[in-house]
Amino acid sequence: MRDLDLILQAYEASGGDPDLLKNDRVARLVISGNEVIGLNEIQGISMQAEPLEDGVRVRLEVAPGVQIPQPVHLCFGVIPESGVQRIVSDFDIGDGADVAFTAHCTFPNALEVRHVMDGTITVGAGAHMRYHETHYHGETGGVVVEPLARVQVGEGGSYTSTFSLSEGRAGKVAFQYEVDVAEQGSAELNARVMGYGDDEVLVRETIRLNGVGARGLAKSRIALRENARGEVYGTTEGNAAGTRGHIDCIEIVRDEAIANAVPVVRVTDPQAQVTHEAAIGTVDKKELETLLARGLTEEQAVDVIVRGMLEG
Amino acid sequence: MTEGKTAPLLQVQDLRVAREGHEILRGVDLQVDAGSVHVVLGLNGSGKSTLAYTLMGAGGYTTLGGSILLEGEDITQEPIDARARRGLTLAWQEPARFEGLSVERYLSLGQPEPDRERLLEALEAVNLDRAYLPRYVDEGLSGGERKRVELAAVFAMRPRLAILDEPDSGIDRFTLDDIATLMRRMASEGSAVLLISHRDEVVQIADHASLICGGRIMQTGLPDVICDRYTQYCSPCEQPIVVERGDSYA
Repeated sequence: MRDLDLILQAYEASGGDPDLLKNDRVARLVISGNEVIGLNEIQGISMQAEPLEDGVRVRLEVAPGVQIPQPVHLCFGVIPESGVQRIVSDFDIGDGADVAFTAHCTFPNALEVRHVMDGTITVGAGAHMRYHETHYHGETGGVVVEPLARVQVGEGGSYTSTFSLSEGRAGKVAFQYEVDVAEQGSAELNARVMGYGDDEVLVRETIRLNGVGARGLAKSRIALRENARGEVYGTTEGNAAGTRGHIDCIEIVRDEAIANAVPVVRVTDPQAQVTHEAAIGTVDKKELETLLARGLTEEQAVDVIVRGMLEG
Repeated sequence: MTEGKTAPLLQVQDLRVAREGHEILRGVDLQVDAGSVHVVLGLNGSGKSTLAYTLMGAGGYTTLGGSILLEGEDITQEPIDARARRGLTLAWQEPARFEGLSVERYLSLGQPEPDRERLLEALEAVNLDRAYLPRYVDEGLSGGERKRVELAAVFAMRPRLAILDEPDSGIDRFTLDDIATLMRRMASEGSAVLLISHRDEVVQIADHASLICGGRIMQTGLPDVICDRYTQYCSPCEQPIVVERGDSYA
């Protein structure tokens, strides 16, 4: 079977719609290992992809003022049991542009796979970018995922990212995002990860609210069971007047799993306000009993609660 | 059970229950018939909610004695989900807030088979429209709307017995008449309702009523009689009636 078919198969298994990757009106980029196997530009978006020894360098530009009607689809994956895939990306969203990305990363057979997303993202003044990344790792747990991003949000711009890994083993995830937000801009980072077996989940998020009136939210939802480990380090800085930031972390822990949460709030302007909340523990008793009172078994009830938290 | 005579839907006999070392229910006797609406009326601290949660089998309560029979079967030691599968359910006074769960998903959880028509019917029964189905139960719903969704979830289940803990508290634009209509509708579908409240107006909904005080059912009878006694004689005790572990049981 060709790589494209295998990627499409894995993409579908992770909840994607393969037809969208064949639709010429949808911008897309499909990469298997270090090979670009699909690229479609539409008006207002330019994409350049250059193979590297262990991955692909991508430059993606959205022209100023352009509103892209449908999400841009990005599909990355490694089909063999081992390999390295490094995606070095540079996203430039022009002033006043509006674009959403749907990314699927699939490693269905991974025994020894390393996937690095090393991104530099610039969201122009008044521009809006939404980035939703879903991972599917299979049941082997043999994958190391390192999503790294440095994001600049311009004046009045907004950036929202959601990283979701709720199917299959997480393996080792080391998520590291740093975001700087200019005046009246906003940033929202969502990380939703389920880990089990001996999975390790590390989330490091930093939002610096540098411009007057900037807003930031870092939200983490981690569900761990068996011997999985989770650590969440969330830092939000309020560095200008009228900035508002919040860190919101919930980790559900079962079996022998261990979770840490370290929220750091830093304010350097007396008119800034940054708050945080973190909760680590087992499934909420009242939620559990409510579902049991509807006739669900305990296993079904826990699954509903965890999936709601991860997918909501 | 006497031959030829049908067992009541719910029969509680001399039920004694403790929480955190304090005996809260001190010998409750109660009977609820199939398809009827029964109100348990009592002041704050009288043991109403403990009774509701104990009947459902919620954690944190220790049964010291007595029994709970559902259609003649002893369910005193059964876990919550087993009771629910027998047709017993509970609407909490303060509904849980589930993250990431849509109203549609929440309402469908108690249904053995998916039945969208029933979900719409349940929403309509609590004066909410279909636009609520895709909304999340933890976001954007007021406390009153959340509570109505909770009642709709119970309605959607078609339970044999629904225990409603203070369904009338904190509900916006959902009047006592609306609750009465909902209860009657449930009863007409064959569901019995055990409604727990401290508001005497609620008694008008009932077929039967009981007065609870100090962890005991003081009187059961016609709603008007119970309501009169409640309004005339019941006032908050200066000190809650509790029995320390060492005094009553060990």
